[in-house]
Amino acid sequence: MNRWPRLPIPSPSEAARPWHEARPIMKHWAIWLPLAVFGVLFALFATGLIAPGDRTIVSQMIGKPLPAFDLPQAVPDRPAVTRANFTDGKPKLLNVFASWCVPCVAEAPYLQQLADVGVEINGVAIRDRGPDVQAFLARNGNPYARIGSDDVSKIQFDLGSSGVPETFVIDGKGMITYQHIGDIRAEHVPVILEKLKEAQ
Amino acid sequence: MIAEFALALLWLAAALALLQLGLGSYALTVRGAQFLPAVRPVAVAQGVLVAVSFALLIVLFVRSDLSVKLVAANSHSLKPLIYKISGTWGNHEGSMLLWITVMGLAGGLIALLERRLNDRTLIATLAGQAFVSLGFYAFLLFASNPFERLNPAPAEGNGLNPLLQDPGLAFHPPTLYIGYVGLSIAFSFAIGAMVTRDVGPTFARAMRPWVLGAWIFLTLGIVAGSWWAYYTLGWGGWWFWDPVENASLMPWLAATALLHSVSVLATRGALKAWTVMLAVVAFSMSMVGTFLVRSGILTSVHAFAVDPERGSFILALLAIYIGGALALFGLRASTVTEGSRFHLFSREGALVMNNVLLVGILGIVLMGTLYPLVTEAFGTKVSVGPPYFNPVSAIFVFPMLVIMAVGPLMRWRQDNGKKLINLMAAPALALAVALALVVLFAGDIAILPLLGLIFAAGLAVASILPLWKRNLRRTPAHIYGMVLAHLGIAVALAGMAAESAFNTEKLVASEIGQTHTVGPWSIELQGIDPIAGPNWTALEARLVTRYGDSATQTVMNPQSRMFSSPPTATSHAALLTRWNGQLYVVLGEEGDDGRWQLRLWWKPFVPLIWYGGLLIGLGGILALVGRTARDLRRKDQPEYEPVAAPADPKPVGGREALA
Repeated sequence: MNRWPRLPIPSPSEAARPWHEARPIMKHWAIWLPLAVFGVLFALFATGLIAPGDRTIVSQMIGKPLPAFDLPQAVPDRPAVTRANFTDGKPKLLNVFASWCVPCVAEAPYLQQLADVGVEINGVAIRDRGPDVQAFLARNGNPYARIGSDDVSKIQFDLGSSGVPETFVIDGKGMITYQHIGDIRAEHVPVILEKLKEAQ
Repeated sequence: MIAEFALALLWLAAALALLQLGLGSYALTVRGAQFLPAVRPVAVAQGVLVAVSFALLIVLFVRSDLSVKLVAANSHSLKPLIYKISGTWGNHEGSMLLWITVMGLAGGLIALLERRLNDRTLIATLAGQAFVSLGFYAFLLFASNPFERLNPAPAEGNGLNPLLQDPGLAFHPPTLYIGYVGLSIAFSFAIGAMVTRDVGPTFARAMRPWVLGAWIFLTLGIVAGSWWAYYTLGWGGWWFWDPVENASLMPWLAATALLHSVSVLATRGALKAWTVMLAVVAFSMSMVGTFLVRSGILTSVHAFAVDPERGSFILALLAIYIGGALALFGLRASTVTEGSRFHLFSREGALVMNNVLLVGILGIVLMGTLYPLVTEAFGTKVSVGPPYFNPVSAIFVFPMLVIMAVGPLMRWRQDNGKKLINLMAAPALALAVALALVVLFAGDIAILPLLGLIFAAGLAVASILPLWKRNLRRTPAHIYGMVLAHLGIAVALAGMAAESAFNTEKLVASEIGQTHTVGPWSIELQGIDPIAGPNWTALEARLVTRYGDSATQTVMNPQSRMFSSPPTATSHAALLTRWNGQLYVVLGEEGDDGRWQLRLWWKPFVPLIWYGGLLIGLGGILALVGRTARDLRRKDQPEYEPVAAPADPKPVGGREALA
């Protein structure tokens, strides 16, 4: 039994001294440490509340060429969309939408306004079904020149889009120049027209 | 009428809390001593009133009284009774009322039952409890009134989030809450003892059962929550390091550390300041968690009642209570008398290290939870997940497991290590055998699961060693409690490690009649049938499963449910548990080609996670019952552990307690 090596136990006098002598200084500031830590936490929480961070995810693709894609046709009366449609020299909009998306209903009239002044809008229907898209367009108007169907959100992710609806401005050479996150409202229409002009 | 009456009761309870604070504070002054006996009845009355008010809210939900805004927003007349009841706390206002109810009842129970504590400290504790309660009463009455009316009353309610309509979730939140908010007792005890400068073994012994009680509920609540997430969310995971989960884990870590340091204080009169600080930190973590969950400053899958205005209110409460308590700690801790000394190589030393490591894990979880908030302030978005939490907390967890194995076998005050070395041979052997088995049969697995498996084996053996050569019948129940709880950690750890090491997963698009294999199972999709429940309809898959070459076939029925109010789809996983693991199947959507998505998992030994969790809770219950029975039996005797008389009666160079 006693053949096991004994653990080196520090002799009592050795073990205690450093702690003992350091103690009064330790006590002085360490006792306030928890309050200091809480102070830091409090500041962090307060800034988080006062200036809540912007939760929208801005696409990393802005200023980069549109990724290659070739989507199938979503509805019979509009042709399909491919990347080639964006390289004819004329700036266009690429609108990510879905029939199941409520803000998309809200932005439909403003997309129509843009279409009415001659902007070409190509739509991508996300995780949608042909008949549903058709019903959606019948109800809310159809501002789209072409509509592709993205059943697995592949193109959406490639674009760096994190939700529906989003609208991208593409210049005539297939470069993404601007991203609008969320539904387009009345005040956004001139902004988008301006961005289209810049992309010329 | 019921709503108005309940609201009146709530106001009355708040007034009593104010009285409890005022009277208690005055009674502590020299002139007010004659009021000392008056505080207890006030605390009891306050507890009763707030509990009745909460009970009336449950009545409103059961009767589906839609003229009450909260009921209309969260209930539906067609909901099964159990979910009408659980709807009471499945929302912001109701859960805050539950919060204040737990605080009131806890204060009332202390006033009724606590007899060991010095009278002045007890009154200071009750005043402290009332002080904290008042903030939450104000929050409830001014910013989240649960009894607000809705005029005109709607014809039908909005219903409860279907994910919450699950028997597991009916009981998980109140259990968690009792633990979470029950820690307020420890907080108030600490305030009381700091006010009267009465931090000592008697205080620790008085506080221990209350901390233990809250800790048991918290443990069981977390286990239930993890189980609920595992089988209702249909992701096959059991812990996601989500901010809300972390919000429940952080108080648990602090409470676990507190539970151990309070034992040192009760038995040896050491670690005074440290114990008081942990008592403050534990409930502070509950409050911080509540703030994080309800203010919406962190994005979480659980997100509920997100409202920045409420966030500011809770933040103000945090500043008052946590800031105040820690300032009091700073002022008083240096005047708390020094504790007994001990040697680093002793039971106390092991408990101190365990405490430091637990607090280390707490810090890691806190940092990981808040890190997205920090980077957001600088404009970067990050999400912190398992790749951070798992390895970084492991740095602290594995040393802690070693100390958990060794600590209970050491003597108080100073240990010479002789007996220990002999005893540790058994767990070391278990660890080696486990290592050999894993290497031989499991082959190539990642380092963390590997360490988890072998440490679990070692700890399992080590955890029962405190019973070695003891008279098992005369061993006190709290020793069994400790053994059980430590064994539970080993069991749960084995489950976690096995889950991440041996999990097999398969996602298939299946035609009717097709057979798939996952792990040792073969699973045939026989058909999809529509079925209907009280407030949902579902598509149910008929899966015939067979383990290996076994002749027995079992039918499993995962469902994809559509709830009518609010209209939401949920997937209802089907589980099949064998002794060596669990088969977990989820029915997904139908594809365009008529094939059905199926997600199949074979998770060896995964139920051990929850069995282990239950063992931990059971250990706590055993310790609580044992301690209480023992306290009742011999009221006034000090409860020092039998220690062999040290060779030198005056430990010359003992180590100083943290106080």
